[in-house]
Amino acid sequence: MTALSSVDKYPGGEPSGPPPVRGSGGEGAEPPGSAALAPRSFLARNPSVFWFLAILIGFTALVTVLSPALGAEVISTSFIKTLGKTLCLCLVALAMDVVWGYTGILSLGHMAFFALGGYMIGQWLMYARTEEIVLTSLAGTPIPPTAAEVAQGVATQIFGVVGSSEMPAIWSFAHSLPAQLALVVLVPGLLAFLFGWLAFRSRVTGVYLSILTQAMTLALSLYLFQNDSGLRGNNGLSGLQNLPGAAQIGQDRLSLWFFWASAAALALTYLLLAWALSGKFGSVLRAIRDDEARVRFLGYPVEAYKIFVFTGTAVLCGLAGALYYPQAGIINPAELAPIASIYLAVWVAIGGRGRLYGAVLGAVFVSLLSSWFTGGRAPSIPLGFYTVNWVDWWQVLLGLAFVLVTLFAPKGLGGLVDMAQKIRTPDRKGAPLGPDDGALQEREAQE
Amino acid sequence: MSALLEVSGVSVTFDGFRAINNLSFTIGPAEMRAVIGPNGAGKTTFMDIVTGKTKPDTGKVLWGEKSVSLLSLSEAQIARAGIGRKFQRPTVFEDQSVAENLVLALKSPRGPLAALRFALSGPGRDRVLDLAREVGLSDHLARKAGELSHGQKQWLEIAMLLAQEPRLLLVDEPAAGMTGVEREHTTAMLVEMARTRAVVVVEHDMDFVRRLNCKVTVLHEGSVLAEGSLDHVTSDPTVIDVYLGRG
Amino acid sequence: MRLTLLSLCAALCLCLALAPARAESLAQIAAAHAAAIEKPSRTTIGPVIDALAASGDPMAAPFLQAWGSKGLGRRKSDGAFFLLAPDPAGYALTDLTGAPAGTSATSEITELKPNAGVRGLIASALVAFTLSDPDPARRAAALESIAADPKAESLDPLRAAVETEPDPVLKARKLRLERLLTLRFDPDSAARVAAIEGFGADAGLDLRAALSPLVATKRAAGPIPPEGANVARTLTPGGDISEAEAYAVLVDAGLAPARLRPEDQKTALAAHIAEGKVGGVPVADLSSQAARDRAYTALEQAGTVPTAATDDEVTAALAANPVYEIYAEPDPAVTAAATRALHEIGLKVGAMQAVDLGLDALSLASIYFLAAIGLAITFGVMGVINMAHGEFITMGAYTGYVVQLWVPDLTLSILIALPLAFALTFGAGVAIERLVIRHLYKRPLETLLATFGISIALQQIFKNIFGTQARPLTAPAWLDGAWVVNDVIGISYIRIAIFVLALLFLGFFLWLMKRTRLGLEVRAVTQNPAMAASMGINPDRINMLTFGIGSGIAGIAGVAIGLFAKVTSELGSDYIVQSFMTVVVGGVGNIWGTLAGATMIGTLQKLIEFLNPSNTLAAQTYMILFIILFIQVRPRGIIALKGRAAGD
Repeated sequence: MTALSSVDKYPGGEPSGPPPVRGSGGEGAEPPGSAALAPRSFLARNPSVFWFLAILIGFTALVTVLSPALGAEVISTSFIKTLGKTLCLCLVALAMDVVWGYTGILSLGHMAFFALGGYMIGQWLMYARTEEIVLTSLAGTPIPPTAAEVAQGVATQIFGVVGSSEMPAIWSFAHSLPAQLALVVLVPGLLAFLFGWLAFRSRVTGVYLSILTQAMTLALSLYLFQNDSGLRGNNGLSGLQNLPGAAQIGQDRLSLWFFWASAAALALTYLLLAWALSGKFGSVLRAIRDDEARVRFLGYPVEAYKIFVFTGTAVLCGLAGALYYPQAGIINPAELAPIASIYLAVWVAIGGRGRLYGAVLGAVFVSLLSSWFTGGRAPSIPLGFYTVNWVDWWQVLLGLAFVLVTLFAPKGLGGLVDMAQKIRTPDRKGAPLGPDDGALQEREAQE
Repeated sequence: MSALLEVSGVSVTFDGFRAINNLSFTIGPAEMRAVIGPNGAGKTTFMDIVTGKTKPDTGKVLWGEKSVSLLSLSEAQIARAGIGRKFQRPTVFEDQSVAENLVLALKSPRGPLAALRFALSGPGRDRVLDLAREVGLSDHLARKAGELSHGQKQWLEIAMLLAQEPRLLLVDEPAAGMTGVEREHTTAMLVEMARTRAVVVVEHDMDFVRRLNCKVTVLHEGSVLAEGSLDHVTSDPTVIDVYLGRG
Repeated sequence: MRLTLLSLCAALCLCLALAPARAESLAQIAAAHAAAIEKPSRTTIGPVIDALAASGDPMAAPFLQAWGSKGLGRRKSDGAFFLLAPDPAGYALTDLTGAPAGTSATSEITELKPNAGVRGLIASALVAFTLSDPDPARRAAALESIAADPKAESLDPLRAAVETEPDPVLKARKLRLERLLTLRFDPDSAARVAAIEGFGADAGLDLRAALSPLVATKRAAGPIPPEGANVARTLTPGGDISEAEAYAVLVDAGLAPARLRPEDQKTALAAHIAEGKVGGVPVADLSSQAARDRAYTALEQAGTVPTAATDDEVTAALAANPVYEIYAEPDPAVTAAATRALHEIGLKVGAMQAVDLGLDALSLASIYFLAAIGLAITFGVMGVINMAHGEFITMGAYTGYVVQLWVPDLTLSILIALPLAFALTFGAGVAIERLVIRHLYKRPLETLLATFGISIALQQIFKNIFGTQARPLTAPAWLDGAWVVNDVIGISYIRIAIFVLALLFLGFFLWLMKRTRLGLEVRAVTQNPAMAASMGINPDRINMLTFGIGSGIAGIAGVAIGLFAKVTSELGSDYIVQSFMTVVVGGVGNIWGTLAGATMIGTLQKLIEFLNPSNTLAAQTYMILFIILFIQVRPRGIIALKGRAAGD
């Protein structure tokens, strides 16, 4: 029992050894098993990062070369926008994967944060663009306009559609790009923090939390549907594809710029998340997902982690929305209907949750497939008595595919990668597989 | 004598059922204590109260030299204050490697930002390796915890507890499902641990308790029935009545 | 009591029957007063009208009618009076007994054209006539026309017609109308106050309509209140009234010059641009209000533009001329009484509105309860979350629609649709349980996802079959209309039916769980599946049946909800979040909790809608926010299971 002395090797406090070593470490006369602990390079720990970046850079270069901005007319401007938007959706899927796949919180509200980000940037885009128009129209008058007259003109232009000519208070910062950019982060962030603080603190978990997030999304979308919400009711914000002060730059070039920005944001986010999740932080998150009570007894403030992740991913979604909606051109409250967040969960589930590339895979696969089917390009299937028209039946197919994935392939498309690498997860003998805590049935089954 | 943990006058009721009834319990800083009692005596509820899982209706739970009340603290705060708990069923994070499980438990700042900045230091690595060697899991550090056998999971959990460096250990039926050799190993470890910290062992198995050779508290219907050496309590007629009377 | 009433009626009838015997005929009166009729004046016409009124001749009313509308003429040859009607030959004549009397050329007839004052008197005499018309329907019609357009002239004839009224119902109406007219038009202030106070705590719409013009106010301004004005209050600018509004009152009253509007200022400035400058200020600098004011002041001083009020002048004018609110009604005693009465009526109407709100809330609660009870079974009892629950509701509603396509009788079709909807959704529920949910019992979050998938697919299938537009599911005629207590409190029969249905379901649920073998087995399986299985209960069968019953109830609820809501493929998803909230807020696993949750959410939503009536969307938003906060306070719901059984 000589080894037992090690129990008291570090009495209390933190080990105050040499500075942390990460990325370098000596080999040699290591004790057995130390290989598992040997510091490895970031890329070695995250083999997917290399492949992901390589594919993304290659893809971006390819699209750039083929884009109309460079004279090649192989792919259209609108398709570049579709690709750029898909990259933004991948970004949201990454956020969803962190919050659901890693932490086990099935949030049905992250698309709401996404749309809020879009609304925040949309306010500036719409304000600045309308201000240009108003200034142009007032330039012909003999007396130069005052600031108040311009503001009045802008308000009439923007809110005439909801029968108002007053600028609501929430547009106070719409004239300033830095302020609205700050709001892109702050509004989803604060909302998520507040909601998370309320929900996690009172230990709402599992399906209850999912329903609560769905209720939050519903409340937000119903609120925005009203005309006096100050965000133009169900008209939403439009004309967002026109960048103020960039009228002479064609949409072909703008779309490419936004595509690059989306790709860069996705790459950075992927790197950031891969770094955060490969370390102890990721380990804690997965532990919370699998058994949060146990994590609590290890001394981790589970609620703080959940709020941190929920808020952080909400901010990511807000940023993604701020990149997405200038490419989409229009945003309205339907964008944050609860069903949108459900689709987000569908993407991540089909791609394979609990792994970052799975989320990206799912978002790309499902959203491109969806636009192929709903775009009317998929061939109809004549059955003689009935013709299956994919525009009508795609949703049915998606729904059923989702059921099948949940039943038979919980690892989604990512499972294919595992099969290729011959990785098998431990057999849990019927024990819950991952983020399933907090349900009555399971609890009672244990007792 | 200054007590490490002092539970006094604690009662808790579930739907009219008094699980704990005016329970008082004290343990010193380096002491081994066995808690025995028939099913439904309130052993698990007692541990739930100390670790913050259940809030009692009345009573005080004081901790440490400064006599901090544990009732206003969350489970995580209590764990950080130095109370570790081992569950009856081994609860390790099956989807993560043995090494990751140990690193998770290793004493270090617990906040999210600290976890983001965390990097395994040299002494930390040594500590993980030592613990793994101690419980015989050195060769399994890279394996997923879910692939371990039941006994190995028990050992992993004990190693995780040690990594936490608690001042008070609450151990729920540690010997359940262990072979004779493993039991001996466990007994030795518990005794060794109790030299520098308080250890409370909840156990059914009288043989195991006898081997621990420590003071015994008998719980019955939510309160302390008897306290003293094992021989003392087993000769107590009320204890005999409770155990034998119930068959 | 009844006997006295009867004898009273009999006596009245007798009097009426005797009355005509004493009077002269119309022809006699016309002959007697021929001169007065031909050249009527306000002073001389009184006796004629009185005589006509007293005659009781059935032709008296048409005679007056013709007279008042310039349709009465006198034949030049013999001086006889005739009622005239246009005819190709000139006039078609009707004599005073009502018989046709041939035609006549225009030149042979002197048309009688009484002046406006006389016509007014004739009109009120006519009112008196119709008010005492032998036909009760015409008397009622006359009362209605007076009530619709109350006039001072109607008061006297109405008073005269009260006593002779034989019908007790009509008499009561006449009395009420008389008092309503009295409180507005009686010249005697005391009589009006007495009439107002005589209504006591009556809260009728007609009374409120009669009282409110009495307290109507208009604004006036001046150093002192206008002579003899009944001042309601003096308004403080900036407090009761904005300064701009107060000043506008002053401007309207000619007490102060109008303020310069920015648009006018801009126009004036633009009109006086000279060499790139206005009043010495360069045009390019005019992009601020201060610069524009400077330029305008310069123009004012040069005398090129009219002077406009400055801020100081505005303040001084407002200080010198307080703004008053003045009652249109000059009598202070009357306005005071009317204000008091309106206040009391306000209180009473408020109380009745609260009752009505309570009924509305109850009916909304029943709807939520209906929508949620199926969930209370699948989610509450089994702990299985079913996101396709909303689609089961939709399925029930569409079943009702399809049945109505085949069975035209509405009552019969609903009676067929209810069990059919149950059967269909029961089948669908069992199928989903067997195919999907059974494999996911230990993975609730994945049940949620899989049932989401089913929900997405089902919704699209509904769209493919039934299209996107709303399909009619018509309620039988006996459910049309509403139970109306008074003009504030009322509730439609459909809502009552839904309330009854909700009660039936509650009873059914309690019976099923507490009194049947199935309920016993369900409770056993939920509490301890392993133990239940060892006692010979087949948990598979129980789960299947429970899920089927929960789904089947959703189907029945769908038929009920479809009767008043639009039947579209999204019908169910509109209710799904509220249903889950109902179950969660109430407390999972307890039917009384679901009831409490539905009551709370229904009441709350109606209350918020009442406080903010323009906006039902906002009401839903605030309700959900409230629920999120409520779950903070009571995470386990209103009726919580406590202790270890509740888990953590």
